[in-house]
Order: sequence, then structure tokens, then C-alpha cells
Amino acid sequence: MTDFPILALLAGMMVAATPILLAGIGEMVVEKAGVLNLGVEGMMIIGAICGFAVAYETQSVTLGYIGAALGGAMLAMVFGVLTQFLMTNQVATGLALTLTGLGFAALIGQPYIGIKGITVGDVPLGPLRDLPVLGPVLFQHDAMVYVAIFIVACVWYVLRYTRTGLVLRAIGENHHAAHALGYKVIATRLTAIAFGGACAGLGGAYLSLVRVPQWTEGMTAGAGWIALALVVFASWRAWGVLVGAYLFGGLTALQLFLQAAGAAIPIEYLSMAPYIITIVVLVIMSSGRARASLSAPASLGQPFNAST
Amino acid sequence: MLRLEPRAEPSRLMTALTPLIAVTATMIAGGILFWLLGKNPFEAIRIIFWDPIFDENLSSYARPQLLVKAAPLILIALGLSLGFRAGIWNIGAEGQFIMGAIFGAGVGLAFYPADSVFIFPLMIIAGAIGGFLWAMIPAILKTQFNTNEILVSLLLVYVAEFILASMSLGLLRNPEGAGFPGSRNLRSYESAHNAELITNTGIHWGVITAVFALVAIYVLLQRHMIGYQIRLAGQAARAARFSGVSPNWLIITCLGISGGIAGLAGMFEVSGPSGQISIDFNVGYGFTAIIVAFLGRLNPIGITLAGLLLALTYIGGELASFQLGLPSAAIQAFQGMLLFFLLATDVLINFRIRWRHGVAA
Amino acid sequence: MQSAVQTLGDRFRVAALLTLDSLTKAYPGVVANDDVSFEIGVGEVHALLGENGAGKSTLVKMIYGLVRPDSGTMTFDGAAFTPTDPRASRAAGVGMVFQHFSLFEALSVAENIALGMDETPPDLSLSIRNVSQEYGLALDPDRLVGDLSAGERQRVEIVRCLLQNPRLLVMDEPTSVLTPQEVGTLFQTLRKLRAEGTSILYISHKLEEIRQLCDRATILRRGKVVGSCIPAEESARSIAEMMVGAELTPPVGRVYSPGEVLLSVTQLNQTSADAFGTSLKDVSFDLHAGEVLGIAGVAGNGQDELLAALSGEVRAQPGAVVMKGESVGDHGPNHRRMRGLLTAPEERLGHAAAPDMSLTENALLTGWGRQRLHNRGFIKWTSTANFARAVIERFDVRTPGPANAAKSLSGGNLQKFVIGREILQSPDVLVVNQPTWGVDAAAAADIRAAILELADQGAGVVVISQDLDELMEISDTFAVLAGGRLSPVQPASGVTVEEIGLLMGGTHAAA
Repeated sequence: MTDFPILALLAGMMVAATPILLAGIGEMVVEKAGVLNLGVEGMMIIGAICGFAVAYETQSVTLGYIGAALGGAMLAMVFGVLTQFLMTNQVATGLALTLTGLGFAALIGQPYIGIKGITVGDVPLGPLRDLPVLGPVLFQHDAMVYVAIFIVACVWYVLRYTRTGLVLRAIGENHHAAHALGYKVIATRLTAIAFGGACAGLGGAYLSLVRVPQWTEGMTAGAGWIALALVVFASWRAWGVLVGAYLFGGLTALQLFLQAAGAAIPIEYLSMAPYIITIVVLVIMSSGRARASLSAPASLGQPFNAST
Repeated sequence: MLRLEPRAEPSRLMTALTPLIAVTATMIAGGILFWLLGKNPFEAIRIIFWDPIFDENLSSYARPQLLVKAAPLILIALGLSLGFRAGIWNIGAEGQFIMGAIFGAGVGLAFYPADSVFIFPLMIIAGAIGGFLWAMIPAILKTQFNTNEILVSLLLVYVAEFILASMSLGLLRNPEGAGFPGSRNLRSYESAHNAELITNTGIHWGVITAVFALVAIYVLLQRHMIGYQIRLAGQAARAARFSGVSPNWLIITCLGISGGIAGLAGMFEVSGPSGQISIDFNVGYGFTAIIVAFLGRLNPIGITLAGLLLALTYIGGELASFQLGLPSAAIQAFQGMLLFFLLATDVLINFRIRWRHGVAA
Repeated sequence: MQSAVQTLGDRFRVAALLTLDSLTKAYPGVVANDDVSFEIGVGEVHALLGENGAGKSTLVKMIYGLVRPDSGTMTFDGAAFTPTDPRASRAAGVGMVFQHFSLFEALSVAENIALGMDETPPDLSLSIRNVSQEYGLALDPDRLVGDLSAGERQRVEIVRCLLQNPRLLVMDEPTSVLTPQEVGTLFQTLRKLRAEGTSILYISHKLEEIRQLCDRATILRRGKVVGSCIPAEESARSIAEMMVGAELTPPVGRVYSPGEVLLSVTQLNQTSADAFGTSLKDVSFDLHAGEVLGIAGVAGNGQDELLAALSGEVRAQPGAVVMKGESVGDHGPNHRRMRGLLTAPEERLGHAAAPDMSLTENALLTGWGRQRLHNRGFIKWTSTANFARAVIERFDVRTPGPANAAKSLSGGNLQKFVIGREILQSPDVLVVNQPTWGVDAAAAADIRAAILELADQGAGVVVISQDLDELMEISDTFAVLAGGRLSPVQPASGVTVEEIGLLMGGTHAAA
């Protein structure tokens, strides 16, 4: 155990978890509003290239993240307009979003292949950084790690304690009843979809700015789908998304460590582990006598037309 | 203001017309995209959609390629359309395609260098089984544990890709390949080669199978109880249960058929056009087939036309990349846009667009 | 008609709270409200009467701001009233209790109530407790609405309205989900509100209730006001004739002589698939040849589950359902149909029929096995179309032809098609759930006649319905489903409404 770098693993866990945490919490809000957006992967990769390109051109990480959030939200709005106004099938539209996002990201990304990104520094947390154990694990990270946690806390608070959150949940439960009470179903859902897109964009940008950090085609490699699975794992609860993302991040960090340490298992099998584990977790969550489906918003994925 | 008014019956005219509208709109939007990339939009559109078929110098290469590329797209999309009609979303056809290829090529390579007419038929069976088994994972998880088949089938694509990498680096690596990744080339192993059947047409066994599948799926949907039950389940799940359709049976059937067909497509691809198991022999047919299925309105004939069109964009995209330096990703974006425009125009089938005159409020 | 309204208004000599003047609202192909005018006085309980499709719902939606009239005006408390959304309407003092509750099952009572208010009082739970005590509407603010009975859910809606001190309370078919005892409690609450000066617009087609409760009534037919009256001074029959626009003939009594047992249900237990559904507990009954068994009960007491267990959509223990001596409990719908056990569920669109499919395809839906409409899986489309055409002709379904989509039919016509499709397959046992729900009076009479004819020919029929009058009219024997339990079957003659009410109260009789 002496050379087992537990602290580095835990620190790696926080970094590995952040992209799917951001995308997952955004998607959870979207689903809470009763919309199933399967385009997370597409929005993430658009965020990844927008974030990288803007940060590289402006030499500003902050502007990069803003660009990524806007890019993700813009793509999400395409989904929003199609599903909310033109009442297209949400599953098909989400898939289209992913396919288009991958294509456009590759297109925008052409000039940036192989370029080294700008350096993202850690947050200067002063003496906290030097704490034994806790310092390296918790307090030596870049800002987005903490922003992600902050977003989770905000989502939790808003959904649970504010009227806005109550209305959003009500719309996700029964959009006809919410409409009958005079709530703006489509406007609320569009807002949620845009928020989900922005979060997915941030998650993607974290990959290209911090985690990797450079631009490669298809670099999200299924992170968007894992974020979708995370929402099921969390039973649509904000802190559940956080726990799930950190567990998953921990496994990823461990897998990477084993690869680096030259474990006896071939790299391909280690690399597929996160996907298999995600599937296993999905099975466990859905098999508990329909426990997960019980907490799913009742209107999830159903189209709404006020005139009928 | 503009408002949507539900139609009493879906418009047949619009069902046929909307794909054309979508293609036109995509050409316009694509033209703008190419113009933004600094290319002449008219030239780009011509190169993509016209030259592969009609240009004297290019068509001799491109026309056969059209069938070579359309066959897997049409095959996979035909299979997927059954599930999509029933509301069963197998979006992991790419993974089933890979597993079919590995199974099929694996059987072929196991016999190397034996010479027998039975080898290729065995490979076809093995390919179908590979895709079928891979699709049974989401199917059984769905029926036994109610696990979302969308996420499972998609995540399994990544798993299949890693298995493919492992195979081309390990088990199936060409022992005489000087350590390079990738299997023996099946094109130089006659008993396992999915060869062109008529010279310069591009017709290989996959194309024949696609035609057969087209007829079979058409008859299934129009005249057979299975097709009826699939349509019924997609339109009204409760009514289907009331009619006596077992949801689990339907899930197994739809995923099984689509997986098996995708596996077949993968096997035909690896034993013919691609020739060998390599780390990236798959070029995303399994995902593009989703676009093909929707663009073809989940209708077998529509899918055939859509498959040919998407194959054309692949070939035209290659030409455009060669002649104009258009990035290959532009074609991927173009295909995605096509699906968006199609979904957007879908609304015309079930709704009429009306101007509502301002109401004194 | 205009003059009649004014005369009655004069007789009451109360200030008008809400005046509707020439309201017209047209939808494509149908004029939902045509020149509708009447007024509701302060502290008056005003009935709005009409059959399904008479335009009641549209009118209510206009008052609540969900729909805007094409022409005409409304005046509320002397000022022009043009609500653009429910919020504006609530602000003016209109409260609304919907027929299909606008509640959120996964949210708590307090959260549901908060959603219906524009400003939440600081201590909502306390306010809820106060109001529910004052009006005798027992409620626990922290419970999930999904776990409440239909009666309790209605209380949530009413409390939600009352917390905003409405001047006009609109109630859309409030008693359709209540037991007779719960109706009594509701009426006490409404009378107390009236005494405090609250006006109530009471929408219903239940004539006895209106005679008991309402001060005045306005009658709608096909979107027009066709009459108004003081219900207490009219007989139920005279009001009904105004509503239907024709003379009503009472049904002819039927002689019932029970034959052999056809269907035997024994200790049927079934956990509901729906998280908020009702599980069946120990349901047992025998159905004889020629018998019409009426099963009464308030919605949500296991009706859907019972139908699913009998149709075979949900499997049971083999011996729980025995059809003509053969255990079919573990068999699916087709096997049971082949043995003569046919069913027609409540929900026409999406359950009994696929909305977007043609009538031919819908005929295939239940007829494919029993009518041999396929040959080794290959569908015989010509025979299927002929079968659909036979149903259309025999049951007078108004449609251009069997190629039309199910959803293009009116509710009554589709119901005739759905029931006719089963009857034409000569069932030995037919189970129907809510056969005349949302169906116009003429179609309802046709359907009942067809059910009785089927029984006369020696079939056994189970009619599950929430309409007591209907059950009293056609049943030979009678039982009540409450909380997933079925009361013992007894002869229908001699059952009193009070008895039924007590049975219907079942597990939540505390109300």
C-alpha cells in the first residue's frame, strides 16, 4: 500500500468527475422539467471546441468557459425549438443533436488539432492548499471543480426551496395541469433546456481546457451518455448526481492509474471498464422494483401542445 | 401569429413531400456553410450531388461505390426502422456492426488457409449471430431489469470499439503482418472474400442481402402480424398489450432483428470493401443509418432512397474534400443538418400551419 | 330564450356577479359556444347543464382565461372582464375546481396548493389546516397527492381555491368521482360558501344533484343556450328533455333467468402496475349465462386493474380466472378471446383503439385471432376490412368508411365501434368498463341496448361503471368495487342508493 498514491487518486477523482458532473446536473434540470434531451454528447463536444477555441484566441480561460456555455446553450436551443414548438420526437431530436454536434465540432476544430491549449491555473486557496491530506485532495484544483459543486448546490436549493423550482418540478410532473393553472410550460422548458446546454458546454470545455488539455475529434468519447446515465443513477436528485459523478470519477482515475502502472490487464479492457460499470449501475438502479422509474418526472419525454 | 392546428388524419402528401423539402433546405443551409468555409457553394453542391453519378471521369469510380456504401446503410436502417416504429430505440447499431464483423471475420480467419465454399456462408451466419448477441444485451437487460435500452445499446458501442482494438492488436492480428495492427486481408483469401459479383457495379453479397431485406421488411410491415404488432406498439403501447402483444417479446424481436442485420452488414463490410479487421475499419455506418431510417420515414422504400442519398454524400464528400479541400467533418455536419430539417418539417404531416388573426384581448 | 333568462333574473333580484353576453368561440369544424349569454348572481349556485360536447368546458375555459372568446363580452362585478390567463382570472376572484384534477401526484398537498396560488402565505400548512377545519375538508398538508383518494384530491383543489377567497367558484363535474356520502359533505361545504356570499357555477349533467343544490340552471345544447329554469321547480325528466332535445322513453324491464356459470373469478389478487394505482384484493364472483353484472365504484378503486386482469393484459394465478371450466388466469388476451372472453376497456383512444390507425386496422386489434383474420401470420386485409365494415353498419357508426383513422371519430361513434367490435365476435362473456363515458345520450342508449341484447342471446356481461343510474337500468346483479375489494354479488332489484353509497365508501368511508 505504501506506493499506492491514494491522495493523487482522490485528487484525480475530482478532476475526472467534473465534466460529467456539470453535464449531468444540467441534464437533471432538463429532465425535471419533463424533457429528455439525449443530445448531451453533442452539446458537450460543441462546448469542448468552443471553449478551447475561444480560450486559445482570447488567451482567457474565463472567456473560453463563457464561449463553451453559449455554444452548448445555442445547440440546445435548436433542440428546444424543434421539440417545444414543432413537437418533434425528443429521442430522435436528441440523437440528431449528438450527430450534428459531433460533425460541427469536428468542422470548427480543424484549425485547432494538435495545438497546445493555454494553461489553467489552480485557485489560490492559500493555507488550505498546504493542509495535510485534505490540501492535495480538495484544495489544489482549478476553479471549475468548485464552480461545478456550487452549481449542484444552487440547483438543489432552487428545486427544493424556491417557487421557480416548484413550478419547474410541477411542469415536469404534469404539464397539462401546470398549463391549466396558468404556468408557461414551453417557456420554462426552453429555459431549462438552455441551462442544460450551457452546463453540458461547460463540461465539454473542462475536458478540452483542463482534463486533456487539447482538442481532438470525438474527445468526449461517450461522456455525454455517461452523464445521462448519471441522472438515472441519481434518481433525479442533485446530490445524487454529485455522488455518482465522484464515484465514476474515482473509477476512471483508478483505471488510468492501473494503465499507467502497467497492470497485467490489457489497456483496451481497462478502458472499456467505465462503460461496463455504467451499464451495471444502470441495471442495478432500474431493477430495484422500478425504483428509479418511480422518481422519474411523470411527463418525461412527452410532447406538449397547448392547443389540444 | 402563427399557430399549429392538428390534422384529423396525417397528411399522406406531406409524408412524401417533407423529405424532399428537408433535402432542399439542407442543400441551401449546406451551401451557406460551404460559403462560410470559403468554398464556392454551387460548385461544392455540384461535386457532392451531381459529379459522382454524372461526371464522365468520376462516375466510373463513384457509381459502384454508391452501392458499396449504400448497402450497409440500407441494411442497418431497415433493421433499426422496426424498433423505431415500435418505440424501441436501438442506437447501438455501430456496436452490433463491429461485433458482426469480428464474429464473421473470426470464423473466416479460423479456417485460413482452407478452401471451401462453406466458409463464406458460415461467416454470414456468424456475422448475424455476432450482431444478434450484442443486441441481446440491451434487450435482456430491458426485459429483465427494465434498464433503458438507449443508454445500454449506445454504451456498448464504446465497449465494442475497445474489443475491436483488442482483436486487431491481439487475437486476430495478422501473424505475417510484421507486427502492424490489423488482421489478414480477407480480400486475398478467396473462400472468405465478399467479392464484387458483377465487375464495376459495386454489387456484392451485401447489396443482394439489402435487396432481400428490403422486400422481406416491406412484406413484414404491410402484410404480416409481426409488422402490424410493431406498428401498433409504437402508436399505442396500451392498445398493443390489449391486443395481446407481449412487450418483452417485441423488445427481443426488434432488437434481435436489427442487431442481426447490423451484424450482417458488418460482416459484409469487413470481408469485402474494408477487407480486414483493423482498429478503425468501421466508419460510422451504424450512426448514419439512424439518419437514413428517419429520412426514409421508417418506410422500407424510403429507407432505400435515403440510403442511396446518404451514400452519395459520403462519396461526394470525399470528392469535395479531394477537389476543394472541404474538411470531411463538413459532410458529417451536413448529414446531421439533414436530420434536423427532416424532424422540423415532420410537423407538417400532423399539423396544419395557420395564421391566426389577432384577437382583441 | 333571452327573455326567459331576464325574467328569471328579475325574479331573483340579486346583483349579477358575472354576466356573459353573446360569447362565441369556434374551433375548426365546430362552434363550441354560439352566442351564449347568462348571468350569475352574488351568492347564487348556478347550474350549467348539458351533455358531453354541449360546450360547457369551453365556456368554463373562457371564464378561467384559458381560452379567449372570438366575440362577446364578460362583465365581472360591474367591470369588463377579459382574463388573458388563469392568473388574471384568479386575481379577479375566480376559483376553479377541475373535472380531471389539475394536481401533481408526486408533489405534496402543500406544494400542490402553493402552485395554485399566486402568493404563498408565510405559513401555508397552517392556513391549509385552518381552512380545511372551517369547511370540514380534512387534509394533511404533507402527504403526497398520489396517495390520496379521489375525494381527498378534490378537497385539495377546493382548499386551494378557498385560500384565495374567491368570489366565484367554478366546479366542473365535481361529484363524478365521489361516493354519495362524499357528495353530501361537498354540498354542505358549498351551501356554507353560498351563505357567505360566494357564487358558484356548478357544471354537471346529474339532474338530481342540481335539483337539490342549485338556485338556477342554464342549459346548453350544441353550444347554444336552449333554456333556463329553477331546478327545484322542475322534474328531472323535464330538465333532461331540455338537455337532450327529445322526449325520453324509460327502458323496458328485462326478464333475467340465470343459466350456467360462464366465468368464475376466485380470489383474484393483483398488485397494480401503476405506482399510484389500486391493487385487487381477493376479488371473487361468478357470472352466469344471460346475466348482466353491474360493478359500481368510484374511479380509481381498481376498475382498470380488474379489466386488465380479466382481459389478460396482466396475468394472474391460473385458477383465479376460469372461463367455461378452463383456467385462463395465466393466459394472455388472445388465448382468452379464443375461449370467448372478450373485453372493452374504458379509455377508447390509446387502449381500446389506436388513434392513428384506420378502423380496419383497429378491427384487427382484437379480431385477429377469434375472427381468423390472418393465415400463418399473413394478414387477410380484405376479410379485415369486411369485418370493420360489418361493425360500422351493424352499430351505426358514423364515419365515411373503414379507412378512416380512429381519432377522426367522435367519442360516441368510436365507442360504438369499440363495443360493436367485441359484440360482433359473439362473445360468451363480455367485460366492459365505462361503456357510455363521455358518450352522447343517443349513442349511450344504443350501447346499452346492444349489451342487453347480447345478454338476451345467452352471453354473460360484466358492466363496470361509475354511473349508478346506468347500472340500475341494465344490471341483473350488482356488486361494488371499493379499495380493490369486490362486495358480494346481490340481485340488483331492491338495492338502495344508501346501501350502494356505504359500500362505495369502502376503505375510505371516514369522509
